[in-house]
Amino acid sequence: MREFLEMGGYAVYVWSSFGLTFAVLAANLIAARNKRRRVREQLLRRLQSEEQ
Amino acid sequence: MFAWFHKLGSPPHFYKLSGRLLPWVGAACAICMISGLYLGLFVAPPDYQQGESYRIIYVHVPSAWMSMFIYMVMAVAGGISLVWRMKLADVAAEMAAPIGASFTFLALATGSLWGKPMWGTWWVWDARLTSELILLFLYLGYMALRSAIENPQTASRAAAILALVGVVNIPIIHYSVEWWYTLHQPATVTKFDKPSIVWEMLLPLLLMALAFKLLFAYLLMYKMRTEVLVREQKSGWVKQRLEANN
Repeated sequence: MREFLEMGGYAVYVWSSFGLTFAVLAANLIAARNKRRRVREQLLRRLQSEEQ
Repeated sequence: MFAWFHKLGSPPHFYKLSGRLLPWVGAACAICMISGLYLGLFVAPPDYQQGESYRIIYVHVPSAWMSMFIYMVMAVAGGISLVWRMKLADVAAEMAAPIGASFTFLALATGSLWGKPMWGTWWVWDARLTSELILLFLYLGYMALRSAIENPQTASRAAAILALVGVVNIPIIHYSVEWWYTLHQPATVTKFDKPSIVWEMLLPLLLMALAFKLLFAYLLMYKMRTEVLVREQKSGWVKQRLEANN
């Protein structure tokens, strides 16, 4: 396990590459989900105020 | 054919179809990603020259492929919206740009993290790296241009033209390693001979590339669904969808 984490001495480069990649991809997914929530709330509010 | 094209371009039809596809695309992406990571990190042998550091290839190369692929998707969608005024194509182009910029950033950053231990430098101004950096600026320019123009139709047309002109850069990126002397290693997989890589190393690379493609498909559909709700908010089907909470 330790040997695996050390990546033959290249741990810093290998793990920061993988970490950065998944951080950026996760940020894209989270931002898309948050935006969808926000948009739906806004549109629903507008719809309800129109109906009143 | 035209009827199919027309149906595909209709926002409520897209909304229904993409809603059904999303969970399957997401599941397929997770399967490819997990198996690709497992095979790439645990099963593939170390490289005889680069040791364990070569494993960066499993995030670097798929990101670089996606940076070019998404640009082509964006330019083609822009062209379709320019010629046929297809609303959904414009939505696709607009939503693809930030995803493409993310992958381009990742290709540059992971390349830098690979370059440091292998070449001894984070960055060189050679053809491959410079043309990929120009790609990042094309994406950022596209997004800036869209948000700078008030009128949405003008913005969409100007951005589509910018995207189409920028296509010139794509073959330059691809062939840069053959046309110019460079530090960057030549293509491993995308060449006409047999790929110069053993299958234990190649399989995880292809799985990761497929996973990234599926992730892009997922993100693009997901973001387009949100944008379609905004753009079509006056129409009855959006109101029905909102009230039915789906």
